Amino acid sequence: MTAEIKFYQTGTFTVGNRLLAPELHSVQASIERSNSLNSGHRACQGCGEALGARYAVDAAMRATSNRLIACNATGCLEVFSTPYPETSWQLPWIHSLFGNAAAVGTGIAAALKVKGKTDVRVIAQGGDGGTTDIGFGCLSGMFERNDDVLYICYDNEAYMNTGVQRSSATPPAARTATTMAVGPRPGASFGQGKNLPLIAMAHRIPYVATATVADLHDLEAKVDTAMRVRGARYLHVLVPCPLGWGSASHDTIRLARLARETGLFPVFEAEHGEVTAVTHIRRRVSVLEYLRPQRRFAHLFGTPGHPEMLARIQEEADRNIRRFGLLDASEA
Amino acid sequence: MKKPFAITLDPGSSLANKTGSWRTERPVYVDRLPPCNAQCPAGEDIQGWLFRAEGGDYEAAWRHLTRENPFPAIMGRVCYHSCEEVCNRGQLDAAVGINSVERFLGDEALKRGWGFAPPATESGKHVLVVGAGPSGMSAAYHLRCLGHGVTVKEAGPMLGGMLRFGIPRYRLPREVLDGEMQRVVDQGVAVELNARVACIADEMRIGRFDAVFLAVGAHIAKRAYIPAKDSARILDAVAVLRSMEGEEPPMLGRRVVVYGGGNTAIDVARTARRLGATEAIVVYRRTREKMPAHDLELEEALQEGVMVKWLSTIRRAGEGALTIEKMALDDSGNPQPTGEFETLETDSLVLALGQDVDLSLLEGVPGLELKDGVVQVDPLTMMTGHPGLFAGGDMVPAQRNVTVAVGHGKKAARCIDAWLRGARMPAAPKHALATFERLNVWYYSDAPKTVRPQLEIARRTSSFDEVQGGLTEDNALFEARRCLSCGNCFECDNCYGVCPDNAVIKLGAGKRFAFNYDYCKGCGICAAECPCGAIEMVPESV
Repeated sequence: MTAEIKFYQTGTFTVGNRLLAPELHSVQASIERSNSLNSGHRACQGCGEALGARYAVDAAMRATSNRLIACNATGCLEVFSTPYPETSWQLPWIHSLFGNAAAVGTGIAAALKVKGKTDVRVIAQGGDGGTTDIGFGCLSGMFERNDDVLYICYDNEAYMNTGVQRSSATPPAARTATTMAVGPRPGASFGQGKNLPLIAMAHRIPYVATATVADLHDLEAKVDTAMRVRGARYLHVLVPCPLGWGSASHDTIRLARLARETGLFPVFEAEHGEVTAVTHIRRRVSVLEYLRPQRRFAHLFGTPGHPEMLARIQEEADRNIRRFGLLDASEA
Repeated sequence: MKKPFAITLDPGSSLANKTGSWRTERPVYVDRLPPCNAQCPAGEDIQGWLFRAEGGDYEAAWRHLTRENPFPAIMGRVCYHSCEEVCNRGQLDAAVGINSVERFLGDEALKRGWGFAPPATESGKHVLVVGAGPSGMSAAYHLRCLGHGVTVKEAGPMLGGMLRFGIPRYRLPREVLDGEMQRVVDQGVAVELNARVACIADEMRIGRFDAVFLAVGAHIAKRAYIPAKDSARILDAVAVLRSMEGEEPPMLGRRVVVYGGGNTAIDVARTARRLGATEAIVVYRRTREKMPAHDLELEEALQEGVMVKWLSTIRRAGEGALTIEKMALDDSGNPQPTGEFETLETDSLVLALGQDVDLSLLEGVPGLELKDGVVQVDPLTMMTGHPGLFAGGDMVPAQRNVTVAVGHGKKAARCIDAWLRGARMPAAPKHALATFERLNVWYYSDAPKTVRPQLEIARRTSSFDEVQGGLTEDNALFEARRCLSCGNCFECDNCYGVCPDNAVIKLGAGKRFAFNYDYCKGCGICAAECPCGAIEMVPESV
């Protein structure tokens, strides 16, 4: 978790601050940050994934003194960053297939071990499609073998690169190209999908954490913690997608913040299968505030709309709050 | 170079791809006018000096503050800080204690002996300032900063004007007043005390001065006709407060009635309590809501045991007693007599019914316009109808308080400077207001306002010690850091961090940021996540 800094003007919520001691600055506040994912990439305006990837990889670069190799599953992150022969990546980076990023990471880690380069670390990364669906078998194997790789999933809740098809991380009621907003139960079904952080915990790997692009300090602290650990680690980052979610490009961070403040996206850390810390909700809000700015949920609003589905989504948020203890003891 | 198998192109960086061409809106850094600054009658850059104080560099903060107002220690005590009423933080938890931080900076300056540097070059021009009150001394300071020679002529025996003769020492200790006045004098201002200017036309005719600033204040007590027996003891408030500065405190007796509803009435009642009056009663003909006295002062007075008879007028004054008539507000809110009378026992009656300006020194000056007992000036330049003759403070049409007077002094000084150079003060372009809606308050953590320690009520009524305590360094820093920096970048690095395209360039400490429009796609996240609303999205001309 982030260090407690009693800082009255801005708390610890802004990226940096001129009044903070340099050692307390976030990686992103530094002029020397590595900008692992450089300008000129072709992500949409306001892309949460581009932001989340730079946050996470820059933090991993600092934690490893730039001794880092990244492998990438197919997906937006790969497509928008490396149209041959250009690349936005400023670190050794490899792409193979949609489904095998975890296995490629395992292989690189094994090769480094054989060569005795124990100071060089490996991350594997992908979107929710490449992680929860297509790459799931390879990832589960990597967890089960406890290979020394940090796997980062940038979860934008659908296959955005190919035209917004549903993945097993798409939330209920959301409209995608394959779960259209038609019929009596429009959008994605309730009761389906996977919760990959919990599945990762079931493998009892050393470290599992969730984060959002709205809380940089928390995200960086989690990457840092992960890079101090050897073995299989999993970080699940919520990254809003203006294109697929039908949201304004300037709302990316606000939506990620609301996902956490509603309780729909619990932010926590777990070690060896046990939850060790949760990030408490600061100002609890109704799920409506989160859902309304997103056109993928537009069919739930208006008349007649689907108040019963909104109520179910609120129940889901309340369940998370109960289950993870997301409210402070004083508020619960 | 031999390329690997199946590779035909050299590896390239995505920097070749100028994504800035996608943009339909561009982010632009702006400075907006914080509501506190917009509100300040003295035109202080409050956000600016708080910004410096936040870093703990109090001298830089003080120097920034005194660019606009040379009297922070006085302001920190007597200003009614309307800035705090409009502070955006008030909508979040409680307004920033601007006034208390200002006082802290002022006291710190007095303690450490910070002074003003003499001007780098002398203009060779000489300006006469008539009156050494807040307005005159503020003008003297600013004129001196601009390199002009300044002579201040003061009718009284000391500097300060109404600050000394109108504001009791429990609100403004005299060493603070003396300290801040002396600092202006030390800058090279010539002062002539006990030098009443009887006829300004004569002074101007002699031609020693290139311009004149008049700030003689309003010292003549207004009278009301009250039928009184010879034995009734009736005084006026100005005289009472003035005599507090002399050797002999005024004889008011055990029961004192003050007639009027302004700050002066409250000051007299509180002074009477301190002089040993067991009863100090303010008689005012309207209600509390209509009272012109500042609420803070009234509240402190009530805590000290001052009583107020609302909706009452004084009909007759006899020996040891007054006849009071009850009033009632009519439909338009004006008090009307009811015919109900009562008797109020008293040893003395003090009239605090407002003050008039002694305009006799203006006789024989052509071109002046006098209206409602004050001198009319061009509100943009503070110049009267007579070229080269400027006026400010209580003698011109405006709200009568110290902060307004200090602001007049500054404005007049700058306009005199322009006039001496044969130019006209360009109207400074004002930034758009930094409204609460433009802030992203998520980024500000919650912190309550520091409450200034107050002296025990009991101690207050028996001495002339200062009522309001000051802040310690710790809580002054805390308080300064509560500033939201509305509309002005405070280098939180948010824009630099949240850009998905690395299109924000961090220029280094104190230099803020710049946009790299080659790559900025115009998503607007930086503007949405800027805590203080210092980024604006502007449509591109496509």
